[in-house]
Amino acid sequence: MNLHPTTAGLLLSGVLFVLGLISILVRRNIIFMLLSVEIMLNAAGLAFVVASAHWGTADGQVMFMFILAMAAAEVSVGLALILQLYHQLKTLDSDEANKMNG
Amino acid sequence: MNTAFCIAAAIAVLSTLMVITRYNIMHALLYLVVSLLAVAVVLYMYGAPFMAALEVIVYAGAIMVLLIFFVMMLNLGKESAIQERQWLKPHIWIFPAILCLILLGELLFLVMQNRQPAAGIQVVDPKAVGMALFGPYLLAVELTGMLLMAGIVGAYHLGRQKQKTLHRFLENTDV
Repeated sequence: MNLHPTTAGLLLSGVLFVLGLISILVRRNIIFMLLSVEIMLNAAGLAFVVASAHWGTADGQVMFMFILAMAAAEVSVGLALILQLYHQLKTLDSDEANKMNG
Repeated sequence: MNTAFCIAAAIAVLSTLMVITRYNIMHALLYLVVSLLAVAVVLYMYGAPFMAALEVIVYAGAIMVLLIFFVMMLNLGKESAIQERQWLKPHIWIFPAILCLILLGELLFLVMQNRQPAAGIQVVDPKAVGMALFGPYLLAVELTGMLLMAGIVGAYHLGRQKQKTLHRFLENTDV
């Protein structure tokens, strides 16, 4: 098996992304859905860095830093939302959140 | 495509599979930390050591600690201590620990070897990243700062509890 490094890195990134996608579609616990989003963001960042290594430019790594900052902001707001959901509904099941009134 | 990449990629995929199949959130978080560390080793191999350090510090450090504290905060009470004891049995943490040790050995091997990267990979040093970050991407850096500020304010606003106890002078008035 003699893959080009760029192909191998993109393959790994794709596998991780698909795993996250499957998880967000299958799981009903809302914290696991947040974790799946993290997995997918991480896989996308890995793809950016692999592309950056392929072309020898810094743009991909800059984009990875932006993804990192966005993930940090997203997880803090997401956790606050989950906290409110848990206090309102006493459960972490995302199906229970279909009755949002006010 | 060398052996080191194969090992790190296998650990990343395996631990991510373990993340998405766990029922217990704490076990899933443990495996997710291992997965992020494996991705950090892969980033190191692709000529981005600064990004690997950021991955370990921000993702595996800050974000995971935030999630773990949050999960601990949600189930307070007497049964949490019993649960904790059940969660931290050796057969729970021994497998992630073994995966981490493999990753550590691999990283030490790579650092000691100090060889040229594989063909087809061009190393981008952190200086070039910094020049790009504060050159053409300066506006995006400013916007990222604003995004983080909005994240802080939004998290505070959303996570705020309704005030339950009033001051003693205000107890009789209906507020």
